Amino acid sequence: MAIFINKETKVIVQGMTGSEGTKHTGRMLKYGTNIVGGVTPGKGGQSALIEGKSLPVFNSVAEAIAATGANASVVFVPPKFAKGAVMDAIDAGLPLVVVITEGIPVHDTAIFYAHAAAKGTTRIIGPNCPGLISPGLSNIGIIPGDITGPGRIGLVSKSGTLTYQMMYELRDFGFSSAVGIGGDPIIGTTHIDCLKAFQDDPDTDAIVMIGEIGGDAEERAAAFIASYVTKPVVGYVAGFTAPEGKTMGHAGAIVSGSSGTAEAKKVALEAAGVKVGKTPSETAALMRAILNG
Amino acid sequence: MDLFEYQARDLFEAHEIPVLAGAVASTAVEAERAAATIGGKVVVKAQVKVGGRGKAGGVKLAVDAADARAKAEAILGLDIKGHIVQKVMIAQAAPIAEEYYMAILLDRANRNFLVMASVAGGMEIEEVAHTQPEKLARVGVDPNVGISQELALEIVKAGQFPESVQSDVAGVLLKLWAAFVAEDATLMEINPLVKTEDGQIIALDGKVTLDENAEFRHPNHEALIDHASANPLEAAAKEKNLNYVKLQGEVGIIGNGAGLVMSTLDVVAYAGEKYGVKPANFLDIGGGASAEVMANGLSIILGDQDVRSVFVNVFGGITACDAVANGIVQALEILGDKATKPIVVRLDGNNVLEGRRILNEAAHPLVQQLDTMDGAAAKAAELAAK
Repeated sequence: MAIFINKETKVIVQGMTGSEGTKHTGRMLKYGTNIVGGVTPGKGGQSALIEGKSLPVFNSVAEAIAATGANASVVFVPPKFAKGAVMDAIDAGLPLVVVITEGIPVHDTAIFYAHAAAKGTTRIIGPNCPGLISPGLSNIGIIPGDITGPGRIGLVSKSGTLTYQMMYELRDFGFSSAVGIGGDPIIGTTHIDCLKAFQDDPDTDAIVMIGEIGGDAEERAAAFIASYVTKPVVGYVAGFTAPEGKTMGHAGAIVSGSSGTAEAKKVALEAAGVKVGKTPSETAALMRAILNG
Repeated sequence: MDLFEYQARDLFEAHEIPVLAGAVASTAVEAERAAATIGGKVVVKAQVKVGGRGKAGGVKLAVDAADARAKAEAILGLDIKGHIVQKVMIAQAAPIAEEYYMAILLDRANRNFLVMASVAGGMEIEEVAHTQPEKLARVGVDPNVGISQELALEIVKAGQFPESVQSDVAGVLLKLWAAFVAEDATLMEINPLVKTEDGQIIALDGKVTLDENAEFRHPNHEALIDHASANPLEAAAKEKNLNYVKLQGEVGIIGNGAGLVMSTLDVVAYAGEKYGVKPANFLDIGGGASAEVMANGLSIILGDQDVRSVFVNVFGGITACDAVANGIVQALEILGDKATKPIVVRLDGNNVLEGRRILNEAAHPLVQQLDTMDGAAAKAAELAAK
């Protein structure tokens, strides 16, 4: 078992016929992800040959579900059209939508998040995220599949490359699932959602949580850990040296006044019993010590 | 992107939010002319994106145009918390009867928008929230529903506005919401929102933050970018579409992915404690580290007088390390003699062996490779100390 996705997850790619969509569809197919088709409005009825597999293209998510039984999508649609694509998936009742696209206006994200929340049938992961992987089972998004294999660590992170770095540091242990939740100010799936799923997942023994400056998601996650999570959690927060008032790459990564600092997040996590590393390697060492008993 | 007060005023005016006459000036002569056009008493206000300018002497009342010139002369060039005043706003003076507060902002925690309104204005809203919470209305707004006339009135009542102004203030709130949505803002704050002695409701000072991700549907927002006070290296980086932030330090940093680069800054800062050096910048070259992107990045960093060594930290995810290595080699060819500082490279991940081989083969005298992020950070810090 793993969280959110498994071997049976049937995935459609929204924006599959674009260059990014095609490239990553190929990578996911190679990994073994069960990709059943794509959606590009206006190109319905065509098919695309990717990695030797002929994939049907549909005009809408509803058509794709009817024809393929898809239960997840991954979105590579450019920012301008991303809201439309995600709304289409929500309206069709698709259970999981993974939004890779970077640069979506936050008003658009607010609108599709509120729509999904009101309808209650779709989990959104992202936007501006690398997606998620359950090693050996399924890989939805752009996380490299060859860093490590299946294991019993769960990982949740705002950052893509830090996810890869941490998977690499702990590659000898492997992961049940690794979820990149994204660095935008509004995201569909939070640290808390993933912590809860990992706590409830019998195949996860311990959890790595990676945060960064901006907002107070890590502080709220700390409160959740204190009240719900009994598995060991190791944390890392990036951006201790970030100056106030500057956006550090991710749209959401900004210290405003005294709020959103890495120090405050570290303090909150430690108060909840989380061991927090100062660097990725120290964080990995903390997890290693826990798993080696 | 944060706007100056005068830009916020103009934006409010464009969306029919009531404001006083105002104009921006970069010189004392311009200030005098603007004051003459407005007529009567004016307020000369320093345009800086930082709070506390009143206490710092950045806001002065002028009795006429000549006085406005003198006041502008005193304010222009002031250093307010590290921000040099390059512009002043000349605003019509108004007799104020009462000061209120109103704002709409992105609420990250609740993943929607938040309206705050209070009869207690003119001070920091955190203070009101702390000392008079009963006077502060905080209401979440569903972006798919928006603010109706009824909700606006409800919010104003909850903010304890007197009955005589409730209808007008609710009207301002509806216009503020329309402006917030139309401009893709993440913050629009009016503080103070005032009632003048003749009973008008006016936005006297405003703070606006616009979403840079939405620039594609707001071609007019580009004109609001403050090029004048931008750091020249940051401006040059922005022109090349690089995600760069200048910091006060000696170790230049290039990495891929915002999280990894933030982490790299931290690791370098820890390693640098021993040598008295810090990271000089944040630079995320993103997913596609082509030779051109690498050359642009290296050229910005080597153009920073403070930089004494460079640390290139890449974990190849989608980007393959061989492409990054080729990028570094070609970038150094392009830069030629301009590249003079030692460069420490740490590659890991996708196709790392080939990437390391390419750099070893090129054997550029400035480049050295280390296998781990910690080791490379320590080496870069050590080299910056010399």
